[in-house]
This record gives sequence, structure tokens and C-alpha cells, in this order.
Amino acid sequence: MSAAILASYEYLDSTVDAIEQLRKAGFTPKAYAPYPDHHIEHALGYDRSPVRVWTLCGGLTGAATGLAFPTWTSLDWPIVVGGKPIVSIPPYVIITFELMVLFGALSTIIGLFVLSRLPSVRAPVLYDPEFTAGRYGVLVEAEGSRLEEARRILKAQEPIELRESAVTAVSGKEPARA
Amino acid sequence: MATVEREIGTSARGALPHPDVTRLDDVNRDVLRVLQTPGKGWWALFGLAAAGVGLFVTAWFYQMVNGIGVAGLTSPVGWGVYITTFVFWVGIAHSGTLISAILFLFRAPWRQSIYRASEAMTVFAVMTAGLFPLIHVGRVWHAYWLIPYPNSRFLWPNFKSPLVWDVFAITTYFTVSATFFFIGCIPDIAAARDRATGLRKKLYQLISLGWRGTDSQWHHFGNAYVFLAALATPLVLSVHSVVSWDFAMGIVPGWHTTIFAPYFVAGAIFSGIAMVITLVTPMRKIFGLEAYLTTKHFDAMAKLMLFTSLIVFYAYLSEFFLAWYSGEEVERTAFWNRVFGNYWWATWIMLTCNGLVPITLWFKRVRHSIPALFVISIFVNIGMWFERYVIVVVSLSHEYEPFAWGVYRPSIVEMSILVGSFCWFGFWFLLFSRLLPPVAIQEIKEVLPPPMRRAKQEAH
Repeated sequence: MSAAILASYEYLDSTVDAIEQLRKAGFTPKAYAPYPDHHIEHALGYDRSPVRVWTLCGGLTGAATGLAFPTWTSLDWPIVVGGKPIVSIPPYVIITFELMVLFGALSTIIGLFVLSRLPSVRAPVLYDPEFTAGRYGVLVEAEGSRLEEARRILKAQEPIELRESAVTAVSGKEPARA
Repeated sequence: MATVEREIGTSARGALPHPDVTRLDDVNRDVLRVLQTPGKGWWALFGLAAAGVGLFVTAWFYQMVNGIGVAGLTSPVGWGVYITTFVFWVGIAHSGTLISAILFLFRAPWRQSIYRASEAMTVFAVMTAGLFPLIHVGRVWHAYWLIPYPNSRFLWPNFKSPLVWDVFAITTYFTVSATFFFIGCIPDIAAARDRATGLRKKLYQLISLGWRGTDSQWHHFGNAYVFLAALATPLVLSVHSVVSWDFAMGIVPGWHTTIFAPYFVAGAIFSGIAMVITLVTPMRKIFGLEAYLTTKHFDAMAKLMLFTSLIVFYAYLSEFFLAWYSGEEVERTAFWNRVFGNYWWATWIMLTCNGLVPITLWFKRVRHSIPALFVISIFVNIGMWFERYVIVVVSLSHEYEPFAWGVYRPSIVEMSILVGSFCWFGFWFLLFSRLLPPVAIQEIKEVLPPPMRRAKQEAH
């Protein structure tokens, strides 16, 4: 049987210690924090986010669109304005730039939503509303025999609260406090 | 873990931006308190703003029914108060993204507590500015013609026209700054959700998109934010450059110069930072946010205002110098007309408010006095509106042919719409200050010293 344990901590160093020890023991913990903390990210071994790929693709698409669209429309009905060439690149650079920024920004947002699973409609079974205020959290899922070990590591760092659920925190339906 | 202690012990946190805030959840308590039942002061301001919106709508509707003739626009001045006010509001919109994007990339330690308010200001200022081209063109029901699509004879818009660039620049700026603003708000809306009850909780649940502050959410959020800031930074500089090219691409004397883009961008940041001071000063007082907006923050804003004021004043002087040095009679006459012609008063208001009044900011005593900064910021707001009035109206009134010179007088409709635009802007800003946390909760927490168990044990 699999279970999830969520520990709420008051201190950053307790949180980081708990994560490091859990990872050393072979668990894959998840963390909650009231602000982005690079110590926690470092302890969890995060690398760069693939969001950058979304930004690059969006930006390039935007730039290509911004150059192609005015060029195509100018050629679609060629009309000389102010003695300028039909396709005059300098003014089109402005459209190119603006669409690069627009598409780049929007695809970054889409990338962020896809990667961090937002919007997430279903409320998690294990959650402490104090996570958005001042507490840090460590969530770990473990199989039967290893459950006790995970609990021991979490407890060693003196959590304020310990919540447990019989089913996995992400997909479960029946919340149960241990 | 040793790394954590070493970094926190020796880092730049020594100079704390918020010395009176010690605990992380204090920030939630202090900022979310603002969202509770509004006081009489808020309702009074909101009533005033709503009345002004009424005036705005009435005046615009009157113009729609009777035609653009009710405005004072006539040959030779075809661009008057509407375009002046458009450029003014676009300029105001600039410092929000400057603070949230450029100062973010530069890691300025004083941006956290003002960035939310200034970003909201940006969004509402673009919303205000965006209405003015629609008001100015008169037949607003044809506004969709601005969208780049071919007309009934399959002729496309002319992409060589600065007005088309403007459409792209302004819509991009609005979209990007609005999404940037919303993304930055999500973790704070989640914080509000976890404290709220009843209907408000439902609303915050919906717009927080289920944010929980998990490690992967923060990780992607942080990365996405950097890229958004990197995209928004050149955007800020481009938008007002494009607006300046609306003028600089014309051959009107006083417009046709190459310094317009940097001159406009500096002016935009100057006016924007002044507007931030104008908005944040009462907000700090009414909502009791003194611990978050300290004199240190105001000092930094005042320095930025002083710096951009110097650039703007230098641009004024070089415009006059170049008009004289060019030996070109038309240019010389145009600039002589600015200072000593029909509109001498507008030019002198501009020079006094933007060039002379900010000189007082060289003194530390002035930069540390919040009432003084508030007064100076009002002067700058007035001065920057008149700067655009001078550029737009005075230049057009005095072009090449002496028989075509003329004088423009704004009509009551135009002035009502001008006054109404401030109320429309204020209306949204007041709503914002009650519905979304007006100070960025999570960003303040980033610069607070994190709670450490070991440090506590050592202290005991």
C-alpha cells in the first residue's frame, strides 16, 4: 500500500535538511514554499527549466511571422507608397520585433502552464494553507515498508504538523489524517 | 546545508530593505489586511472616480452623436488634446514594466515593494491610452479597421506607415504587460485565497489557477519570469520609440529629428516614475504600508526621477541648440515660437516642471521627505502632459506657410474627456487596490532573511 506524508516546517534549514536526507535515502520528495527559494531548488537537484525552449520557439515564430506577413501583403497588391520599394525591410523590422516579443511572451506563458500543470482544478488531498504564508513543506510518497523510514526522517527535523494520507496526494480521493 | 548559512550570513542581506518586517507571514498579514472592508476614504475616492467615468462616457457619447466637430480640432492643428493625452498615458505606462522587468534583470533591491502597484499602473495606463486613438478618429464604430486585414478590394494596410507600427506596438505592449502582471499576481492570489472566506475565496480560487507553491511550480515560474522580463525589457524601449516615430517620420518642423526615440523613452520613464510616486504615497498612508515602502524606496525612485529629468532637460536644450545651429529658418522659427509665441506659457510650464523643479532632488533632505516628493511628482505629471502638448499642438500650429498658421483651443468636450481619463484610470487602480494584493507578497519574502532554526539556537 502506498501512502503520502506531508510535513510542514517553520525553518528553511530544516526543510532543506529533510529534502537532502530523503533524497539520500532514495525517496523523491516534493517541496512547498511561500516564495521561490534556490536552496530548496538546489537540494532537489533542479537544472534549467525547459520553459526556455518555449520562449525560443515562440520568439522565432513571431519574428518569422512579423517579417513574412508584411512582405506577403505588400506583394499581394504591389503599390508604391512614397517612392519606397514594394518590400522595404527597415519598417518591417519593427513589426518583426513586436511580433517576436508578443509570440515569445505568450508561448512562454503557455510553456509555464503546461510544465507546471496549471491551471490545476482539483485540490490536493494533502495541503497546508500556511504554505502561501510562512511555512515550508515536504511531501513524500512511500510504499508500505519504507513509510516508517520516511516518517522518521521528516520527524527528525521537528515539523510543526505532519499530515498523512493513505492514497497518493495527487490523484487520491479519500483524505485521511493519521 | 552549510552553504545556506554561509550565503545568508555574508550576503547583501546586511542592508535589509524592510528592517521592520521580520517574519514571512507578517507580509501576508499586512498586505492582505488591505483587501478587507474598505474605509470611507476609499469609497469617497471611488465615488469621485466613478463620477468622472460618467463624465468621460457622456462626453465621448456626445462626440459620437454630434461628430468629431465638437472637438476643437481644425486646420492646421489636427492633433490636439486627444493625441497629447494618448502619448501622456503611454508614457505613464512605461515605468511599470521598467520596474518589473529592467530593474528585475538588474537585481535592484528596492523594486519589490513598488513593482506590483507600478505594473498595475502600466496595465491601466495602456487601457486608458488605447482609448484615445479611438476617440480621436471620431467614427469609433470603424475601429476594427485598425486590425491588419485586407479591405473589400483586397488592399492590405500600409506597413510602411508609423500608425500601423503603433497599432502593433501598443497592442503587443498591452498584451505582454497584462500577462506579465497577471502571472506575477498568481502566487499572491493563492496567498489571498488561503486566507479568504466566502465569495472572495471562490473568486481567488478561480483566478489563482490552483497555485500551491510546489517546487516545480516555483521552478518553472522563476525561469519563465526571467524570460518574460528579458522580452519585456526591449519592448519597453521600443514602444515609446514607435510612438515618437509617429511624429519623427513627419516633416513638421519640431518633429522631424532623430533624437525623438531616446528623448521620448527617457521622458516616458520620467513621467512614469513620477506617477508611481503620486500613486504610492497615498496608498502607503491609507493602507498603513510604511514598513514596506520606506524612505529608502522613495529615495531610489527620486534618484531615478532626477536622472531621467536630466536626460529630458538635456534633450530640450539640444533641440533648441540644433534648431539654431542648423541655420534652417523654418526650424529656428518653430523653436522661437515655442518659447515666445502664442503658446509660450505651455513651453515654460514644461521647462519649469520637468527641468527646474526636479533640481531640488539633488538634496538628500528633499529625497527623504515623502510630502516633498509627492508635490514634485505632481509637478512632473503636469509638466510631462504639457511637454506632449508643446510637441503636438505647438509644432502643428506653426508649420511652413505663414498663411496656414493658426491657434488651437481645446473644447469643453476634449477637456471633459481629458479629466475623465484620469478618473477612468483611477477607477481601475482603486478596484485593483481592493481586489489584488497591492504589494507583491512573495517578492518581498524573497528579500527577507529566511527563518533558520540553527541561527535561533545559536542566539539562545
